[in-house]
Amino acid sequence: MAKIKSKEDYYLASQWTLMLRKLRKHQLARVSLLVLLVLYLMALFADFLGPYGLDEFDGLYRNSSPTKVHTTFNGERVGLHVYKLTKSINRETFEVSLVEDTSEYYKIKWFVHGTEYKILGLIPADLHLFGVSDTGSNGGTGAKIYLFGADSLGRDIFSRVLLGARISLTIPFASAIISFFLGIAIGSISGYFGGITDIIIQRIIEVIGAVPQIPLWMALSAAIPPGISTIKMYFYMTLILSFINWTGMARTVRGKFLSLKNEDYVMAARLSGVSTWKIIWKHLVPGFMSYLIVSMTLGIPGSIVGETSMSYLGLGIKSPATSWGVLLQEASSVTDVASHPHKLIPIIFVTITVLAFNFLGDGLRDAADPYK
Amino acid sequence: MEENAKTIESPPGSEAKSGFGEAVSNFFKKDLVQYIIKRLLMFIPTLILISILVFFVIQLPPGDYVSSEIAALATEGELVDADYAAQLRADYGLDLPLWKQYVKWVKDIIWTPTNSAYFRLYNSHHNWKYSFAYKRDVWSVIKDRLGLTIGVTFIIMLFQYVVSLPIAVYASTHQYSVGDYISSIIGFLGTAIPNFILAIVLMYLSYKWTGNANVGLFSQEMLQNGVHLYNFGEFLKRMTIPIIVIGTSGTCGIIRSVRAQMLDEVARQYTLTARAKGVSEGKIIMKYCFRAAMNPTVSGLGGVLSSLFSGSTVTAMVLNMQIQGPVLYKALQNQDMYLAGAIVMIQAVLVVIGILLSDIALAFLDPRIRYSGGGR
Repeated sequence: MAKIKSKEDYYLASQWTLMLRKLRKHQLARVSLLVLLVLYLMALFADFLGPYGLDEFDGLYRNSSPTKVHTTFNGERVGLHVYKLTKSINRETFEVSLVEDTSEYYKIKWFVHGTEYKILGLIPADLHLFGVSDTGSNGGTGAKIYLFGADSLGRDIFSRVLLGARISLTIPFASAIISFFLGIAIGSISGYFGGITDIIIQRIIEVIGAVPQIPLWMALSAAIPPGISTIKMYFYMTLILSFINWTGMARTVRGKFLSLKNEDYVMAARLSGVSTWKIIWKHLVPGFMSYLIVSMTLGIPGSIVGETSMSYLGLGIKSPATSWGVLLQEASSVTDVASHPHKLIPIIFVTITVLAFNFLGDGLRDAADPYK
Repeated sequence: MEENAKTIESPPGSEAKSGFGEAVSNFFKKDLVQYIIKRLLMFIPTLILISILVFFVIQLPPGDYVSSEIAALATEGELVDADYAAQLRADYGLDLPLWKQYVKWVKDIIWTPTNSAYFRLYNSHHNWKYSFAYKRDVWSVIKDRLGLTIGVTFIIMLFQYVVSLPIAVYASTHQYSVGDYISSIIGFLGTAIPNFILAIVLMYLSYKWTGNANVGLFSQEMLQNGVHLYNFGEFLKRMTIPIIVIGTSGTCGIIRSVRAQMLDEVARQYTLTARAKGVSEGKIIMKYCFRAAMNPTVSGLGGVLSSLFSGSTVTAMVLNMQIQGPVLYKALQNQDMYLAGAIVMIQAVLVVIGILLSDIALAFLDPRIRYSGGGR
């Protein structure tokens, strides 16, 4: 009985249910979805998760490597704690280096009050998941916890990776959605009407596709007027990425339209006097929506790399706002990287995100394929 | 390549007669010539559209050349009055309507001879192909590096195909083997890690292991004495990181697509027929499946070229390679838009030529494309 029921479910299931079912079986895609969810949540609650704000810095900690977390102080277990750093001068080479001052310890505290921020940009708050106590065991002050080390201005890279994720993770997503609709609209016009409209649109797509992406990105980003606010910059970046990315989507949509527009059901709809736009949106687009979502997902990694490269080159988001590309600017020369390898940490996040989107896209593609 | 003229889907028995002679005669068949002429004619509107796009891009930055020159004069302490500014604008043709500006730009960039008296004496900067930063003709700036850019791109492209095709064939004939998994993992990583990041990491590793970051294509000594046979090895060593960085991303894409194609072809009926007839496995793979699988690879040539230019632009900046990327970047930073526009244009035109060549090669390989007219 159960078997019959499951078979009946299978035959009656909508396209989306089937896709979801297949996606659930795809281990890699499931894990990727989870990873992406965690990343986006981290970006959303970056202020809370990161111990420091965007503008906080400590000159002493410039370029310091990741803060070590200890559990024992003089052989005694005192819980998680860190030491303050002090400058030490090598008597022979006169090189200044930062060493731990182990004379007193600073406890790591959970849910501490720190820099003020607004939850979702609305509710003011100052709670942070963790932080170090203001005073040490001997009454000293000024210890910091920099889990990923500090940049050249003494800012916490961990907090900045989380805050930067807001820009690095949302610009590609927003631009993917814009190019999604742009691609559907233009592609459907091209495919549905055909003729001269189709020829012109196809040539335009071909040309935008032919111009190498990154040089075009660079040229367009250079055209953004300097000295504008971060929000405007964000807007421009999104626009540039969507301007370049819609072509692939439009091409897919057009191809689908060409194969579907002569189907009987479209003819029937037309004869019943359904308007062109309604035929496109109600009857044609839902038929290949799954493909479009797949190609949208597969397009996001490219945009992430694009945004990161632009910001890395200084043509995108600029300080004091931050994104992963801006953080990687610190790692642009061999000497930087050789003396402060911790500055490569943002790379891990970029790579994980891009991989996760790729795997998810692959999983979706397999799920959307009706022949498997 | 002798049997190119044959249809790829032809059954195994029919290939005995084909040969180079037939291929040549086939090449000059009317339909193919017609197809090539059609594609060449399509090249013209594409070129015009690209130039419009580039013109649009160089018009985007706020202000124009006159305002930047006035700003430059102001920093030198010279005051410029409004009349002079208007005079300058008229001289440069910046007061013309947009379409006339476009025509002037196209005319300047294509038809003004570099060494003409017009360019040198009359108005070296009134010309729209003047590079403000280099203080000379845009083309002469580009020419310095164009050869090397094309050379580097060609070497990397060669590397991509030489490496990826055997791996793809191996992966598809040994599906789900250890080698297959390793190649797909490397493939995924290669596409996932942005080029410039890979460049930094490799530079760091090279520095850590050999004490030399191998930055730049030429050593100091090569810059002075030129590249000769005795230091060619050093040049190749310096090419390693660029080849790995720029090459891998494309390599992985090619491996993935050829592998998928091969798997499709191996499952086809004609493979089974060939096997049943006792054709050797190697012959089946190389002569039938692989050739059919090459089809989309050939048509993807233009895209590969485009991604190579994209990849090399950022990577060249990180690795300080003497190709066009860094020049483009500097030009964009200085708002030297005519130079930037010309570089983007050159790269786009090269890609379009690549697409054109791949289309012609495809029409040569697969006769069905000529009849269907479009191909792309």
